Amino acid sequence: MSGEVQAAAVLGGLSENEQLDANKPAGGRVRPRRLGLGDWLLPVYTVIAFVFLLIPIAYTFVFSFNDSIKSNISWRGFTFDKWINVCNVEGGAVCEAFANSIVIGLVATVAATVLGTMIAIAIVRYRFRARSAISLLLFLPMATPEVVLGAGLAAQFLAAGVAKDMTTIILAHTMFCISFVVVTVKARVASLDPALEEAGRDLYGSPAQVFWRVTFPLLMPGIAAAALLSFALSFDDFIITNFNSGSVSTFPKYIYISAARGIPAEANVIASAVFIIALVLVVGAQVSRAARQKRLARLG
Amino acid sequence: MAFAAFSTAEAQPQAQRKRSPIALFLLLPGIAYLVLFFLTPLVSLILTSLQAPSEFGDIGVYDYAFNWQNYVDVVTLYWPHILRSFGYALVATIAALVISYPLAYFIGVKARRWPLLQSLMLVLVIAPFFISFLLRTLAWKQILSDESFIITSLKALSLMAPDAHFTGTPFAVIFGLTYNFIPFMTLPLYTTLERLDVRYLEAGSDLYANPFHVFRKVTIPLSMPGIVAGTLLTFIPAAGDYVNASRDFLGGPDTQMMGNVIEANFLVLLNYPAAAALSIILMAAILVLVGIYVKRSGTEDLL
Repeated sequence: MSGEVQAAAVLGGLSENEQLDANKPAGGRVRPRRLGLGDWLLPVYTVIAFVFLLIPIAYTFVFSFNDSIKSNISWRGFTFDKWINVCNVEGGAVCEAFANSIVIGLVATVAATVLGTMIAIAIVRYRFRARSAISLLLFLPMATPEVVLGAGLAAQFLAAGVAKDMTTIILAHTMFCISFVVVTVKARVASLDPALEEAGRDLYGSPAQVFWRVTFPLLMPGIAAAALLSFALSFDDFIITNFNSGSVSTFPKYIYISAARGIPAEANVIASAVFIIALVLVVGAQVSRAARQKRLARLG
Repeated sequence: MAFAAFSTAEAQPQAQRKRSPIALFLLLPGIAYLVLFFLTPLVSLILTSLQAPSEFGDIGVYDYAFNWQNYVDVVTLYWPHILRSFGYALVATIAALVISYPLAYFIGVKARRWPLLQSLMLVLVIAPFFISFLLRTLAWKQILSDESFIITSLKALSLMAPDAHFTGTPFAVIFGLTYNFIPFMTLPLYTTLERLDVRYLEAGSDLYANPFHVFRKVTIPLSMPGIVAGTLLTFIPAAGDYVNASRDFLGGPDTQMMGNVIEANFLVLLNYPAAAALSIILMAAILVLVGIYVKRSGTEDLL
């Protein structure tokens, strides 16, 4: 399973590999013994590693309250002003870029999730020719550096005389999200119990009814995780976007361009707000999943 | 691992799957999309890389040709950037592996007794994904700038030469790459370590192996799939990255990587053939390196 898929599982808080949990080796418990050096070394290391990972995030958050004038480099005092008047800087350029990123993320996510889910179902359920060629075609976009994906698409749009705008960004994002959707949803399709669908057919459900009433709801956690992953990949993408955006601004592109003259604190505000919303959603999903499992364990 | 993910379905018996026209209906739209927006762009990149400047054209106007000279030109001009890309990516990958392995081991093995803690730590590992990676990189630039608290204290303690810089050096670029790809390394490592049966480790120590030997002979081989997946997920994007090495971020004039020159040639100089030739070289080199690496590490079934 790829890091991205694992990320999707965490993002969704709906571990699509719940069947893997059951496969966990029985010897999960470490044998009790006297406490040695190794027992506190690793936890201390882990704390340091997390501090390292989170330092730039804390910095970005703190500097969203900086009473800066133009560039946001040195600390000039605390203010809520940037949080209240986010769109007041540079004629709302930050907010426009942010809105573009949201629209692009939503459209690309819907397109990639639909196309990728269909492929995932076909790969697990059906026999077809050129299976290995198709697997390779799905794998390659994930193994290609983004700069090559971006330059390739840009070269094709140039050759075809297509002007770069919002549409070309959406086309590009959909492309690199499809493979990640396939990987994420496939795991869920493979773990589906065929008996449930058989039961639906035995009860005279039409194929469409069986799909929409049985298969689709069972696949939903995998599909939701894949959609969240797609949105996160699209929202944070800069390299591919930079080659295919023309004059359209997205949130990462805005940051890249204004990096030379200094990022306004308003960009920190938007990034911090997105971070907090995402964190609350994911932690909430994790905690509720843990509570659900505890309840199930008690019933069992 | 992204690579194993495609073989999991293959593990199911073929006989269970049926032939049906529905398969075509399900596959056609997505596959056609990838052919149109992934495969043909690669072909178009190859064609562009062989173009020659148009005889009567402006800057940025090229005709189709078989101008192999483009490849010779870009290698002659940009060989330092090519070496830097792979060098920086290699060092960053090793550094990320060394930093991530103990972290993944703690989350995947030691924290098994507390599932909620385990999943909250995983959330912390991917938390950097929730905030723009450009902003994170810029934050490091400011935290480690010449006027920053950390650098001025290091200089006051004479741990750094008074006229030395951190930002703009190769070390800063490698630092940024390492930081940015730690989650990509930690997650696949965690996935394999989480399924590690600790009874094997106990068997090792029962046979009088010291902890170091158990780690080298048992833990490392058993976590090999995660190591391979994590190093690939780090090395490939790191070799193509141009944000960390950019002058406005952690890099300087002497740290430019292949991504930087591809971007400059494509978007600024409008030298599309040079940018395309460099992209093809990058892609081919990565495919060859990945192929050799996967073969040598004995994890071919990953692909």
